[in-house]
Formats: sequence, structure tokens, C-alpha cells
Amino acid sequence: MTALLIILCVILVGIVLVQIARIVELISQIKGEREVMRESSWWNAHLSLVFLVVFLAGVFLSSYYYRNELLGYGPHKAASAHGSDIDSMFNVTLFFTGLVFIITHIALFWFAYKYRWREDRKASFIAHDTRLEVIWTAVPAVVMTLLVVRGLDAWNTIMADVDPNEDYFEIEAVGQQFNWIIRYPGPDGKLGSRDFRLTTALNQVGQDFRDPKNWDDIIVAQECYLPVNKKIRVRIIAKDVLHNFYLPQFRVKMDAVPGMPTYFVFTPTKTTAEYRNELRKYPEYHKPYDPADPQGPKRWEKFEYELACAELCGKGHYSMRRIFRVVPQEEFDAWYRQQESYYLTQIRGKEEDPNKGKVLDIDPPAKDTLSPTPATLSKI
Amino acid sequence: MAEVTKVAVESLDTLEEKLTQELGYDDHFHEHHHGDKYQSNFLTTYIFSTDHKIIGRQFLITGIFWALMGALMSLVFRLQLGFPEADLAWLKPILGKWIQVNDAGIGKLDPEFYYALVTIHGTVLVFFVLTAGLSGTFSNILIPLQVGARDMASPLLNSFSYWFFFLASVVMFLSLFLSTGPFSGGWTAYPPLSALPQASEGSGAGMTMWIVAMALFIVSALLGGINYITTVLNLRTKGMNLWRMPLTIWAFFITAIIGVLSFPVLLSGVLLLMFDRSMGTSFYLSEIVVGGQILDRIGGSPILYQHLFWFLGHPEVYIIILPAMGIVSEVLSVHARKPIFGYRAMVLSMLAIAFLSFIVWAHHMFMAGVNPFISNFFVVFTLIIAVPSAVKVFNWISTVYGSNFRFNSASLFALGFVSLFISGGLTGIFLGNSAIDVQLHDTYFVVAHFHIVMGVAAFFGMFAGIYHWFPKMFGRFMNETLGKIHFWGTMIGAYAVFWPMHYTGMAGVPRRYYDGGASFDAFRHFTELNQFITVAAIIVFFLQVIFVVNFFYSIFNGRKVTTKNPWGANTLEWTTPINPGHGNWPGKIPAVHRWPYDYSKNGEEFVPQYVPLRAGEHDHGH
Ligand code: HEM
Ligand SMILES: [Cu+2]
Ligand SMILES: [Cu+2]
Repeated sequence: MTALLIILCVILVGIVLVQIARIVELISQIKGEREVMRESSWWNAHLSLVFLVVFLAGVFLSSYYYRNELLGYGPHKAASAHGSDIDSMFNVTLFFTGLVFIITHIALFWFAYKYRWREDRKASFIAHDTRLEVIWTAVPAVVMTLLVVRGLDAWNTIMADVDPNEDYFEIEAVGQQFNWIIRYPGPDGKLGSRDFRLTTALNQVGQDFRDPKNWDDIIVAQECYLPVNKKIRVRIIAKDVLHNFYLPQFRVKMDAVPGMPTYFVFTPTKTTAEYRNELRKYPEYHKPYDPADPQGPKRWEKFEYELACAELCGKGHYSMRRIFRVVPQEEFDAWYRQQESYYLTQIRGKEEDPNKGKVLDIDPPAKDTLSPTPATLSKI
Repeated sequence: MAEVTKVAVESLDTLEEKLTQELGYDDHFHEHHHGDKYQSNFLTTYIFSTDHKIIGRQFLITGIFWALMGALMSLVFRLQLGFPEADLAWLKPILGKWIQVNDAGIGKLDPEFYYALVTIHGTVLVFFVLTAGLSGTFSNILIPLQVGARDMASPLLNSFSYWFFFLASVVMFLSLFLSTGPFSGGWTAYPPLSALPQASEGSGAGMTMWIVAMALFIVSALLGGINYITTVLNLRTKGMNLWRMPLTIWAFFITAIIGVLSFPVLLSGVLLLMFDRSMGTSFYLSEIVVGGQILDRIGGSPILYQHLFWFLGHPEVYIIILPAMGIVSEVLSVHARKPIFGYRAMVLSMLAIAFLSFIVWAHHMFMAGVNPFISNFFVVFTLIIAVPSAVKVFNWISTVYGSNFRFNSASLFALGFVSLFISGGLTGIFLGNSAIDVQLHDTYFVVAHFHIVMGVAAFFGMFAGIYHWFPKMFGRFMNETLGKIHFWGTMIGAYAVFWPMHYTGMAGVPRRYYDGGASFDAFRHFTELNQFITVAAIIVFFLQVIFVVNFFYSIFNGRKVTTKNPWGANTLEWTTPINPGHGNWPGKIPAVHRWPYDYSKNGEEFVPQYVPLRAGEHDHGH
């Protein structure tokens, strides 16, 4: 019923508009074209000025209103080492483009207003001006050069792969419709090899269990932990279609491509707790996390780093959420020690196990030697 | 509005006739084409016509149809994003099973169909509306009229161009009614999603029809493009050398060249995709396990498709915007009563943009897993494009400076175009810098960028062109009051829709999320903003309905054009009769003696191109 009323109203408004427009058109034919031109130019020139003011004001006010949500502002400064380079590049670009945006908009609408049609005005015949043209080709070229140089410098640092001798920690993210499988290397610090042809319901990522490096690998079912200030290399791949490994607060984004492993190297610099404390300074994060539960925890208290998918992968694309928790090294070690080998808990002795019947030195009762010792842990 | 007083017009018309009689080019056209044997009945005149003016109008009206379809689709998915809790059961009569009604009687949009809507919206707006509807319409109507030709080089191929487009439209439209739904993998159709029917419902029959439609469309674009190029190169009237062509013609010419060079690459890309889908090849597929099934496809690369796609895809965005730029340059100059500033710079910058557009495609793939070293080159070339783009903007602004600016619907939309091109072009500088793109890629920031710089700006160019050339197309004016309501409403409304997306994008909200990011703590607090955008989108939609009403109403009832050259413009289309027939000029074709931008020169408000240079006068305002 209301829908019908709304539709009726809209149609009515439309008819009224059309009738008014027809009448105005008729009146203008009586007034004569010159008079109509004069009025139309006066009105629209002034509307241009109003638009200019309202538009620029809107831009400033809205960006002020959302200042705490924006890239590199408020609490949302990057939480990774390379991320601050991205944020600062963003701000440098914002400065130059903002300047151009304001100047050109003022010029455009001000000139249109100032030089609005008048019967007695004569337009000037200016076809070109070589000096001006050289200047405004050269200035953007110089600014672009600056941006390119800084940008590429940052880019090549960000994308540089790890040096094999370097101290880093490697994990693997496998995208599939519609979740992420996250694999940790276990005590040996090395991810075991994979072959997609070995994939089964149980062996989700096609680990080749003839490879001893796979025996201690861990597939994390819940939150994934990462040690703070440690260089992390994520090996990224997809099983079915394209996905994208996206950690917004760390400024990490890389496609997951079936058949072609990609990587992203980053160093988290803020623990989850530190990030929460940042958020705590802002009033909007003191609102309840769950609006239905006003007494419950606040937004800042529930903050988590989230992994999202940023490449359309089908109808569940929007739901590939995982939590990453960044913690101090000791806390990480404690958590890591509790994780169990996927092979031993899920595969050993089953059909997927190529070592069925053989005795392996990791088999129980050698279970003790399996759980990571502080010595092996310090290696990772 | 006729600017020129009656007396002046009459003397001008007689002058024009006299000059054409004396100096014009006689091709004996009407001796060979007695009685218009090609246009003898309704069917041959209006439907299967080979007349470029009719074909142009066919492109326009089909484009308007698709624009409305695309806009309606966007309203449905905007409702989902702005009001995810809303009951959409009332859409069930139209959308059927794609609205799932739960036990409480609340209707929800199916996620699969949400993605189908987004996909088809993108495809039809980019290709059917802003390529066929914009370049198809205006290249057809204006090229012969402005270069002084009787018709296109091959009128028959030209009509094939429309009918291939029509077929493509039919196939795409029918795909909406498949039980598995139309294609739903995004307008870029990246494999493996688009290659594997197991991966998504829309990748079944919907994708097959999408590919067929696109292949037909590419044929249409190529037939059109070859024709435009040939016509501009071979059928210019006496005296119309390249440096005397209006910027519209330059723009259509360059656009056609880009299209002819890049569309075949897309065709090969989608054909290989077709092979992967139905013949068991693995161009784009390798090591895939989908739905528990291990595929025996090895050795292909999904990245290869992205290269092929964006090798067209990036030039395509310039195929869309260059015609709009040409139209805006012409409309601004005519209504500013002032030459376009820096004519040669305008042409050279278009050529530079066209050339560069072929070597920047991988800026869409910075995060796709290509070798990061390669990206260095693409960053450099991408940011170089900003220079010719800036030159164009400065030239438009300088054209307005010192003018006698006539505000009407056409010139307002041209002004609006410049504003939008600035706003959207500047955000391109963020995205073109790969380091910043790490964060912004595939977020709403990209959505804001390309809707402002391409979507809305190209529409504004199209509107400017329609309001300006409506008198030539239909012999009547559009209603100015409605036109101005349309302009101001759309100008404010379109910014209201797309500007805020910069903020959600900077906050990291990914694009193509069915729930707008509601399941993520980091993305979910833009509820009010999303509602605001949706409401603004609905208002903007109704403003476009006003335009459509104005358009069709004015075709039949608009104020009649009473003089040949109502805007006081210099170009040749305004020397044809008010309702030009087959062959455009009743007698000789006027000869051209000067560039088209002699406005307000030596005290004369305008000096049309057919007027010979006066003694001691130089061409080009030197
Ligand atoms: C100053 C000039 C410009 C630069 C530097 C630029 C740069 C970029 C970059 C780097 C992207 C990829 C963003 C991403 O996916 O992460 C992009 C996207 C896009 N740009 Fe531009 N751009 C410019 C002007 C234009 C123009 C003039 C148009 C159209 C007329 C345009 C249309 C598009 C479209 C359609 C997309 C998105 C395609 C998609 O992913 O669906 N851009 N632009
Ligand atoms: Cu996804
Ligand atoms: Cu591009």
C-alpha cells in the first residue's frame, strides 16, 4: 500500500514538473530569446557559485567527519613496518592532488560565473598561449616524477622477497570457496611440499606426507597468532578460483592464484592489544560492540585483525573472514606449543597416509619429542 | 536558443548558399540517387536503414534502453547494500526465485543474483551504453556531417554494425532469464571463476551467453570502427584537412583506432576462455580442485587472461571517455563563444593518451601476482598519462576564461564533465602508484574513482552531446527547464552517490561484498553512509527518468527548430537543412576554408568553416 502511494506521489511530482517545464517554455517564447538567455545565464552562473561553495564545503566537512576512519588517520595508521610508507605516500599524493582539486574547481566555476553571457560582453579571442601551455605541462610532469620516484622506492622495498639467510617466519594461506586454510610450519620451521592431485576431503591442501617436513605442519582451525616485530612471509595460493589475501590494517594484499604461488612479506608492529589501546582513545570506539547488548564489551575491546578476501570468488566472497592475533613473542611461543601436527592427529594411519604400516620416529610414544621444545622454537 | 538575430540568420543562410554554390564540391550525388530508392518505406527508412543519421539514433535509443536496465539493476543491489534488513518480497513478482522469502515472510536478495546484477550492470554500462550508446551514436551522426560526407564509407557495414550490437543485446538480455541466472563473476570475467561452471551458477549457461554476446559486440565495434576511420581519412570535403577537423572528429577518429587495435585482443581472450570452458584446453587453468573434484588441467595461467583482458580493458576506458572529451570540447567552445584553448595541444594530448593507453594495462594487476619488477614500468607510464590529462583540463578551464558563457543544458553538462574528470582523474594518481594501490586495490576507492571519472563523466559528455545536437537529430529542441533540473540534480546527486565511496574505500571496505562488509568489524560501521548513498542513487535515477521523458516528449512535441544554425556554430552539420535527408546536403557539399573555432574573432561572433579566409587572415587564430 505504502509502496503504491509512493509510486503515485513520484508520478504526480513528475507530471507537475513536466507541466511547469512546459509552461516555462511557453512563457519564454513570449519573453523572447535574448531575455531568456539573460535570465538563464544569471541564474545558472549563480547556481554554479553556490555549487562550488557547497561542494567544497561538503568535501571538507565530510572528510572531517570521517577523519578517524580514513587511511593513515586517527587510529587507522598502518600496523606494519612497510605500511607507514604506504600511508605517507598516500598523504603526499593527497597534498598535491588536493591542491589541484581546489584550484581547478575554483577556477572552473568562478570563470563560468564571471564570464556568464551578457548581451554587451564580447568574448576574447584567445586561441592558445605557448608559454602557459609549457608551464602547465612541465609542472605536472615534475610533480609526477616526484611521486613516481617515491612510489617506486616504496614499492620495491615492499615487494622484495626475503633473503633465505634472513630471520623470518613463513606461513601458508590457501584460498578456497569460501574460506582460508592457514598452515604453519611446525617445529622444523619448514612448510612441507604439496601436490594438488593428493587433495582429499581430509588432506585439504594436498600435502605430500612422504615429505617429512609435512609431518609437523599445523593447520590452524581457530584464530591465527603472529609474533610482533617478526618478519612474516605468507605463501599465498588458491585451490579453485582466484582469491585475494587481504589484511587491511597491515596494508597487505595479494592475489591467490591456482597453480601459481605468490607471496607477501610484512612485519607486524602493533600487537592486537596495542591496537585496541589506540582505538580506546576515540569516543566512537566506546560504543557497545553489539548494539543489542549495551552493557556488553565496547568496540575497542573486541577489536581483532581480520583477514578478508579481496578478489571476487563467487557468491560467498564476502564471508571469508579469519582472525589474526598479533602477540608478543613469548605469548606466541606458548600458543604455538599447544598446536598439534595435522598429520599426526588427522592423517596418520588413515587411507591418505602413505607411511601406513611403517614406523616413523615421530610416532607415539615419541609424542613428547613432537611438541616443540624451546630450542626448536627459537629457531623460527 | 537562436542566438543570431533574424536578419543576420537570413543573410548568413544566403551567404552560405552562395558560397556553397560557388566554391562547394560537386559530386553529382543527387543525379545518381534519384528518388531515394533506399528509403522507400517505413522498414527501409527507420529500421534497416543504411543512413548514418538513422543508425546513430538507433544506437542512441538502444543505449538508453540499456542505461535504464543497468540503472534499475544498480537500484536493486544498492537497496541490498543500503538497507540489508529491508523486506524485498515485493520484488518477487519480477525477480522470482532470486528473492528468497524466509519463514517470517521477509524477502532477501539471493547472493548469487546480487553478483549477477553487479556483473551485468558493469558489462552493459561499459560496453552497451558508454561504448555503443556514446561512440556509436555520435560517431555515426557527426562524422559524415562534420567532415562533409554524404554518408559513411560503407553504409552497409555501418548498418551491420548496429545489427550486430542489436544481436549482442538480445543475447545478453535473454541470459537474464536463464534458470541458473546470468553470468555473475564480475564484468572483467576473470577465470578460473568464469571458466568453471562448478565454481558458480552464473558460470554455466550465463557465461556462455555472455561470451556470445561479447563476441557479437566486438564484431559490431570493429565494423563501426573501420568505417569511422575510413570515412575520416577518405571522405573529408574539399579543404577539410586534418588540422581543420573539429575536436569531436579527432576524438571519434582516435577512439576508432584504439578500438580496432584493442578489441580483437579481447575477442581472442574470450575465445580462449570459451575453449577452456568447452573443449578441455587449459589456457587459463592449472592445478585446480573445485568442489572436491580434481581437474586434470595443468600449465595454464589465469594471469594470461588478465593481460589479454586489460590490454583491451584499459584502452576501453579511453574508448569511452575520448568521445565525451571531444563532445565537451566542441560544446564548451560553441557556448563560450570562444575558440577552444590550445587546439593543437588538445589533439596532441589525445594522441598521447591513446598511445599511452596501450602500455599501462597492468596497473589493474599490481596485486595479481605479476612480477613486481614489471610493475615499475606500468607505474611510470600510468602516471605519465596524468600529464596530457592535466593539459586537457587546463585547456577547458582556459576556454571558459574570458568567454561570453551561454548557460544551457548542453554547456552545463560540459562544465560538469570537467569537474568530474578532475575529481576522478586525481584519484587515479593514487591508484597508479602501485605502493598506494596495495591498500586501495579492489576497495570502494576504485569504485569511486572509475564511476566519477568514467561512468558519470562519460554520461555527462553524452548528455551534453544530446542536448546540443538534439536539434540536428530531431529538428526540435529539448525542454530547457527540465534539462537544467536534470543537470543540477544529477550533478549534486552523482557526487552524493560516489564521493562518499572514497571514505569507505580508504577505510578498506572491499568492493563486491554482498553484505557491504557487515561481517567484518573493520568494515561494518558505514550503515548510515550506505543508506545515504542508496537514497541518493534512487533520486538520481528519477532525475534520469525526467531526462528520458524529456527526450521522447521532445522528439514529437519539442519546440521546433526554425533556423539552420540555432547555436551559431561553425561546423558543417549546421549547414545542412533542418531535417537533412539522404545525402545530407541537397546540392553541393560546402568547401572548408578555416578551422572550426573562429569564435569572437575580429568582432565577428562566429565565422563558419565555409567562409573563405579574408585577405591577410591566418587560419587557426595565429
Ligand atoms: C589520471 C589518469 C588515471 C590514472 C592514473 C588511473 C589509474 C587507475 C588504476 C591504477 C586503476 C586500478 C585500480 C585498482 O584496481 O586497484 C584504475 C581503475 C580504473 N580506472 Fe583509472 N586511471 C586514470 C583515469 C581513468 C580514466 C580517464 C578512466 C575512464 C574513462 C578510468 C577508468 C578506470 C576504470 C573503469 C577502472 C576500474 C576497472 C575495474 O577494476 O573494474 N581511469 N585506474
Ligand atoms: Cu573472494
Ligand atoms: Cu586502466
